[in-house]
Amino acid sequence: MQFMLLFSRQGKLRLQKWYVPLCDKEKKKITRELVQTVLARKPKMCSFLEWRDLKIVYKRYASLYFCCAIEDQDNELITLEIIHRYVELLDKYFGSVCELDIIFNFEKAYFILDEFLLGGEAQETSKKNVLKAIEQADLLQECKTEKHESFVNPSCI
Amino acid sequence: MALKIVKGSIDRMFDKNLQDLVRGIRNHKEDEAKYISTCIDEIKQELKQDNIAVKANAVCKLTYLQMLGYDVSWAAFNIVEVMSSSKFTYKRIGYLAASQCFHESTDVIMLTTNQIRKDLSSPNQYDTGVALTGLSCFVTPDLARDLANDIMTLMSHTKPYIRKKAVLIMYKVFLKYPESLRPAFPRLKEKLEDPDPGVQSAAVNVICELARRNPKNYLSLAPLFFKLMTSSTNNWVLIKIIKLFGALTPLEPRLGKKLIEPLTNLIHSTSAMSLLYECVNTVYIDVNTPPLPSLSLSLCLYLSLPPQLCVQKLRILIEDSDQNLKYLGLLAMSKILKTHPKSVQSHKDLILQCLDDKDESIRLRALDLLYGMVSKKNLMEIVKKLMLHVDKAEGTTYRDELLTKIIDICSQSNYQYITNFEWYISILVELTRLEGTRHGHLIASQMLDVAIRVKAIRGFAVAQMATLLDNAHLLTGNMQRMGICEVLYAAAWICGEFSEHLENPMQTLEAMLRPKVATLPGHIQAVYVQNAAKLFATVLKSQEGNTDSTAAQETSQLMIDRLPLFVQSANLEVQERASCILQLVKYIQKLQQKDVEVAEEVSALFAGELNPVAPKAQKKVPVPEGLDLDSWINEPPSESESEDEQPKAIFAKEEPKHSRPRREEVDEKELAKRREARKQEQANNPFYIKASPSSQKVYQEAPGVEHIPVVQIDLSVPLKVPGLPMSDQYVKLEEERRQKERAEKKKKEKKKRKEKRSGRGKKHDSGPESEEDITPAHQVDIVTEEMPEWSIITSYIFIKTKSYCVTVHVCSSRPLADSEKLPVRSHRAAEAPKSPTEDGDATSQEPKKKSSKEKREKKKDKDRDRKVRISTGLFLCLLGNHSHLILVSSGLPGINKCIQKSKLVFCFLPLTKVYDIQGNLQDGSQVVVSVIFENKCDSFLKSMEFNVLDSLNSKLQRPEGSGPHDGLTVPFQLPPGVSNEARFVFTVQSIIMPQKLKGTLTFIVKNEDSSTHEKLDFKLHFTCTSYLITTPCYSDAFAKLLESGDLKCSSVRLEGVNMPFHHLLARICFHHHFSVVERIDSCASMYSRSIQGHHVCLLVKTVSIDAKCDEPTLLGNVLDEIKQTFSQC
Repeated sequence: MQFMLLFSRQGKLRLQKWYVPLCDKEKKKITRELVQTVLARKPKMCSFLEWRDLKIVYKRYASLYFCCAIEDQDNELITLEIIHRYVELLDKYFGSVCELDIIFNFEKAYFILDEFLLGGEAQETSKKNVLKAIEQADLLQECKTEKHESFVNPSCI
Repeated sequence: MALKIVKGSIDRMFDKNLQDLVRGIRNHKEDEAKYISTCIDEIKQELKQDNIAVKANAVCKLTYLQMLGYDVSWAAFNIVEVMSSSKFTYKRIGYLAASQCFHESTDVIMLTTNQIRKDLSSPNQYDTGVALTGLSCFVTPDLARDLANDIMTLMSHTKPYIRKKAVLIMYKVFLKYPESLRPAFPRLKEKLEDPDPGVQSAAVNVICELARRNPKNYLSLAPLFFKLMTSSTNNWVLIKIIKLFGALTPLEPRLGKKLIEPLTNLIHSTSAMSLLYECVNTVYIDVNTPPLPSLSLSLCLYLSLPPQLCVQKLRILIEDSDQNLKYLGLLAMSKILKTHPKSVQSHKDLILQCLDDKDESIRLRALDLLYGMVSKKNLMEIVKKLMLHVDKAEGTTYRDELLTKIIDICSQSNYQYITNFEWYISILVELTRLEGTRHGHLIASQMLDVAIRVKAIRGFAVAQMATLLDNAHLLTGNMQRMGICEVLYAAAWICGEFSEHLENPMQTLEAMLRPKVATLPGHIQAVYVQNAAKLFATVLKSQEGNTDSTAAQETSQLMIDRLPLFVQSANLEVQERASCILQLVKYIQKLQQKDVEVAEEVSALFAGELNPVAPKAQKKVPVPEGLDLDSWINEPPSESESEDEQPKAIFAKEEPKHSRPRREEVDEKELAKRREARKQEQANNPFYIKASPSSQKVYQEAPGVEHIPVVQIDLSVPLKVPGLPMSDQYVKLEEERRQKERAEKKKKEKKKRKEKRSGRGKKHDSGPESEEDITPAHQVDIVTEEMPEWSIITSYIFIKTKSYCVTVHVCSSRPLADSEKLPVRSHRAAEAPKSPTEDGDATSQEPKKKSSKEKREKKKDKDRDRKVRISTGLFLCLLGNHSHLILVSSGLPGINKCIQKSKLVFCFLPLTKVYDIQGNLQDGSQVVVSVIFENKCDSFLKSMEFNVLDSLNSKLQRPEGSGPHDGLTVPFQLPPGVSNEARFVFTVQSIIMPQKLKGTLTFIVKNEDSSTHEKLDFKLHFTCTSYLITTPCYSDAFAKLLESGDLKCSSVRLEGVNMPFHHLLARICFHHHFSVVERIDSCASMYSRSIQGHHVCLLVKTVSIDAKCDEPTLLGNVLDEIKQTFSQC
């Protein structure tokens, strides 16, 4: 997978993950172009389109579009599966996820994605394992933060 | 739970955290940029503080802003600071920010190496995990090199969580730092059998991706993967493994056989569509894109796997209600179509159904498929369906797409699948009724193409076009349809050019001169005007036959009345043509009033037929022996006429750059006469290889077509009604025709008659199986380079009644080399290679003399000027042993007469002994060109001056004191019938490239009463071969030379050379100055040396030549020339 984009129906970018090194200018250009193309498609249309020399696989969940770019030889259906799996993960983590969850906790959404995909490849196919890893990392963060808080800014407690 | 606590505590801590920022941005929709710039200022303040928590918060906010498109590269160092925090919370944010913001050119990345290494070896697995994740996004070659060892160690970490991350990131490391692959590979291979399925799947992933780049190195892993494939139940892993085998199988055919069973099982059993799709796809991708030479072997896999199985499974996909599956099914189907068209064709119904799909991308896919599915049998049916869709289609883009597809489908491979062109024309006419299409020009070009190339259809096409012109108002009715009015361009041209087929030319003429025409675009009006003139000629002709001359005069009056409208046109082209024609018509009217018959002369203006000519056709023309090219076919032009033509034009060659049919003018009578003459000559010529009767018939289709019943059916009634779909009736007619034909054929077969099918070329019957039974009703003229038969005809297209034949004198039977420059459009030049027997007495040949004073009729002159382009007759030829003979001729009428009588033969020889000029540094760079001048005319030639335009590389050596542009005087005069030789020395700097030099010869032709100054342009061609000297070489010296290693290698394949091997060698020796060193059976080594001492060694086999030389460019050129030699035979 070359990159993954999440954007709203209004065309606002909600999340971006690039697995190929590109400069910011190029990234912006691609994002703008793709968001336009995908939003222009009618709801009944299939989820795949050919774009430059890549294949774009996208799926809409509520008001959010999940959009992945894969190479020519890659499997479109398994990419759809990846998107779906990621949505399920978000759903489990946030508890029936909505767009706002992702906006306000965008770093969490990234953490989950990073546990699920690494360098553009699926690293963990078991949902349970991904969630476990995230929860443990969060716990680690929580206790550390509390300790840290009491140390740094006692007056706030 | 955990999340809530974290949220709460951060909320309390800072003035503005990420949530506040997001909320703020949402609340400031109007002045977002302003709000964000104040936020960035705050963030800058926060970053200045020492508190790491504040910094982390600021970095977190920056990451968000970065996503919104703001530049945060200025904070790169702060990100590194946060990354190096010892707290996981901040580290996590730091790495996230780095992975989002850093790229290869971020310079602070250098600072992170040690920090990352520390994190990788951290006892906390999440520290390590976060570092690995971050690294996967911003790894640079430097980081990869420095950290490769650390990551490799992590591949054997005790925690599977770390192991799988480490394995996956190794792929990125390999990409950035390939040297790490070798040491890391054994460990990577171990991970394929890791107890943890996650690690295992990661290893499969990595190896699969690696194998796609270079499959050869991973063949040894095949058994391991095979085991995994049969044991694994994880679809993600299975997909990767199948992909991997797709890459490996072409290299190892046995693998294919082994895979059949598990693959078939998977295809049958799996419920996962993604896996099924991968199976089908891989199997076919495998075949279609063989990466390596073992193409035929890789076929094993798919050959033994019946395509029906896959196609059937794909059918299930396509029939599914899910759009995605439908789309992918069609996509995969199109891959199978390339190899198994038949198994896909049986699902035509299904594909056609997809045209009704709501999803445009699915419809387009289906259209793509249809393009490959048509055959002679089903073309009409498919196009009929498509036409229905055109009517129903919503949205112009899709309709335009349909339109182009219909035309693509019909016109593919030279109308291969069209059996009835009347049907096709009517389809095109129906397409013109499309609302608002942009593709008017496409339809127009098809109409033109078909009308020009399918001669038998012209009558029908003209009738259709006349109807179109009559109803032009329907096309131009509203502005939206402007695109379609392009069709009128074609219609007007066809009606004009083939006006003899018009039933009622007068009516069409009137239609073309309607005032409304002036609203059309300029270029169309121009065609209208020009073709109105053509029609006018036709009408006059028909009317003058009558006793009543008033009709003819009325026609002229009509022209005179209507043309002024066009004379006023703002478009220059229209104006120019109109005023020209208007004056002409006025003149005609004057003549008519004097009761002079003018029709004949007027129609001569436009006489002649257009014929398609392949771009390289002329080269393939064998000139029959005995054809006298010296004799005048027509009277030569008078001098006064020709003098206004600039001699400069000699070099203004027109060489066709594309294969569009050339329009040539041929006098039918003359053509027939020549055809007869040629047949006779061919019959007497033992060297002439007769074409098979079937291929000759291709050109005589007119009588053959008459046997086809469909042509004779009276179609006038439905065709006169515009707006009525009529292509359908041709479908029926075609069916009838085919049935009839089938019946006839059966009859014939019963009687076992050997007669060929009437009047149809074989070419189109090459379709497989039952396709052959369907013969086209009309023949398309196909002009390609691979059609020698055509050239037989085209040669007589070039040699026209008005041609000025140019005398060419050839001393050898060697075919013309590629270097000759032959303008295809030339009407006045032709060359005649003579048989070797004529060599000796060539000089004694007397050219036939024609009196230049014979008068030519004025109209013929006009006739010539209309279509005949001034030819630039100048061509060169490579001939003979070590001599290069150049043929010079000129097509310019002024010079022509003279050239025609004075033959010039140029030869040049390379200076073979380099020590001729002792102590000269330019040894080996001199070439002597010896030129034989031969006077074949009756006049005395004197004061000849030979001059060559020097190039940087080659210069003519001139006596001291003369300028670089001065000519050399030829030291003799030439009385009639005398030849003499002069030598000119050239200095050549580099001999590695062939050279062409332009030159001129000026001379004075002296008759009893007058003397004229004449000029002759020529080209000298220095081929690389001409720089080679036949030098004997002994086999041991030859072997030493090859071993020395100084020589560069190159090779060339000789295609289609079927001559005995010793002839082949003889040719190379003879034409390219090589000597045979050693010959063993059908393999020989040859040697030659250039004048500058380059060694050229050849290893000649029957089909290929391997060559070595110390100068690769020279070698390449010599090989090209050798190849050319053989392509001529």
